[in-house]
Amino acid sequence: MSTFLVFVATSDGKIKRSSLEVLSHARSQAEKRGMLLAAAVVDTDATRYSDEIQSYGAKTIYAISNPVFKTHLNASLIQALSTIIETAKPSIFACASTEATKDVLGALGASFNAAVLPDVASFELTDNGVSALRPVMAAKVLSQNTATGDLILISVRSGSYDSAKSPVTAEVKNIGFQPSDFAAVLREILTSAGEKVDLSEAQVVVAAGRGVKDEVGRKLIEDLSEVLGAAIGASRAVVETGLFPATAQIGQTGKVVSPQLYFAIGISGAVQHTAGMANSKVIVAINKDADAPIFQMATYGLVGDLFKILPLLTEELRKLK
Amino acid sequence: MKFIVCIKQVPDVSAPIQIRNGELSMDSDRMVINAYDASAVEEALVLTEKHGGSVDVVLIGPDKAKETIRKALAMGADAGHHIALEDGAGLDSAAYASILKAFFEKQSYDIIAVGKQSQDTDAGLAGSMLATHLNLPYAANAVGLELEDKTLVVKRQGDTGQEMIGLPTPCLVTCSNDMNNPRIPSLKGIMSSKKKPVETYTMDSLGLDLNSLRSDVVKTNTQSYKNMPAREPGKKFDGDAEELVGTLVNLLQNEAKVI
Ligand SMILES: Cc1cc2nc3c(=O)[nH]c(=O)nc-3n(C[C@H](O)[C@H](O)[C@H](O)COP(=O)(O)OP(=O)(O)OC[C@H]3O[C@@H](n4cnc5c(N)ncnc54)[C@H](O)[C@@H]3O)c2cc1C
Ligand SMILES: Nc1ncnc2c1ncn2[C@@H]1O[C@H](COP(=O)(O)O)[C@@H](O)[C@H]1O
Repeated sequence: MSTFLVFVATSDGKIKRSSLEVLSHARSQAEKRGMLLAAAVVDTDATRYSDEIQSYGAKTIYAISNPVFKTHLNASLIQALSTIIETAKPSIFACASTEATKDVLGALGASFNAAVLPDVASFELTDNGVSALRPVMAAKVLSQNTATGDLILISVRSGSYDSAKSPVTAEVKNIGFQPSDFAAVLREILTSAGEKVDLSEAQVVVAAGRGVKDEVGRKLIEDLSEVLGAAIGASRAVVETGLFPATAQIGQTGKVVSPQLYFAIGISGAVQHTAGMANSKVIVAINKDADAPIFQMATYGLVGDLFKILPLLTEELRKLK
Repeated sequence: MKFIVCIKQVPDVSAPIQIRNGELSMDSDRMVINAYDASAVEEALVLTEKHGGSVDVVLIGPDKAKETIRKALAMGADAGHHIALEDGAGLDSAAYASILKAFFEKQSYDIIAVGKQSQDTDAGLAGSMLATHLNLPYAANAVGLELEDKTLVVKRQGDTGQEMIGLPTPCLVTCSNDMNNPRIPSLKGIMSSKKKPVETYTMDSLGLDLNSLRSDVVKTNTQSYKNMPAREPGKKFDGDAEELVGTLVNLLQNEAKVI
């Protein structure tokens, strides 16, 4: 029986939502094709996720635990995933598309001489391999792609699938791991201050654009996000000026998000921005320019001055709590 | 330090796009340097201006794409390498990484800089594939670079924060456009670019054969294109702030039911 291996990414002691989405879709694909669904987990303490992983249907869990995984360095993750791939010998390997996996996917592809389909919006196993849709041209166009080969690596955009449980009892295989002497050295971690909710996992995102202008505007964004329990996002324009950290950037260069509710505040709606948020369920746009392109995709568009609207909106929402 | 920056010519994604029978057509006159590669060139120029060294660029593409090499030379790069490939149809990142590997095996360099992704396909693979082929340490998605003696210090944008990574040279780095704003070539830069050397290579001269690349290295194929399904047009409101807020809160609660 061939194996479908899913890399389940963790962060701060929790499995990432995007990984559970991939695991859920992988399960239905593996079932259709009579494949074994397996999961790979790499963490300081990888086995503590076994219960949750098996509740999503993975029958074998390959776990590598090592203190080195407290922080991200591509060399150590490549070594760990390579070891698991050599052990599990999957024909398909899938993971959620995050900065951490973008950092290693090409290297795994090159060292295993595997086919790689990065950042897909959907995929399906076929008789000859995999067929997948990928957004291209700043997500204006969807391309239909195929991949063939003994090993196919896929990364999936967050929000492409719903996660759904289907419990089994898994066999957990702890894989021994001795980190090599890596040439690259992680010197320091710079976390962006004030990031309370993980942007790519958030159910509500309040995103700021050039219209937000200054510290006064930023405070209005922070107040709104606080009352909503939302993560703060940003367009490139305000990352460039330093008003918001690069970690907050949403779009082609930045992150792909797919929350239930997305506020685009003082954002014009350039394709490179909408590439990262078009999958949001409900989009609210606040912009003083009635012709701003963002209104073409907003569920609810408010034409007006954000500096007048936001204080009232935050106050109204606070009353509801 | 000697930098070699990999640059790609890509269609301008803001140009109008037409799709007929699954085929994508764009104005082939509107070709630009990949924005991420332009940032890589810029950063290499800044670092060599500060610490000394040189910046070469390498491009795989048709004859027409030499204009993109000229653009990088006009920005200030010292020399260009053109790997001639008239018809790249059907090649994927793995194929480009293999061609670049053959090129770099015959070059001397300290730092290879590439874009974090091609802005037309957003693949983001060729850089880390190339590093793996050449057995070089690498860091991806750099938003800042510094040189300390023989070490390249990369500030890379991760999922929740940034990581400072020290890479001993020789090494490879993939660059984000959040790193800088590439300079616009000056008139003087444009004039002097015409005198700078551009060496041309063929697949043959690199010991490569396009047919075997297509059969042995290429494992992914794009079959067709379609327009991204548009979202349903929503509701747009105009009015004074108080009215707008009342309307919105009501809709979010009672229609969308998201708060
Ligand atoms: C290769 C590449 C990658 C890129 N990647 C990204 C990316 O990942 N993310 C990203 O966001 N961009 C990205 N960009 C940049 C993108 O093209 C746009 O330049 C950027 O998104 C614009 O940001 P903005 O909407 O905030 O600013 P603008 O386009 O300047 O829009 C500001 C808006 O604010 C409105 N406004 C002003 N004042 C007020 C007010 N008081 N009240 C209400 N509204 C107001 C204006 O009407 C306007 O619509 C990329 C570009 C390139 C070339
Ligand atoms: N035809 C090419 N010529 C030179 N460099 C390239 C070419 N294709 C890709 N690259 C480099 O590889 C990076 C990533 O490409 P991709 O895997 O297509 O996203 C680009 O930003 C370039 O730096």
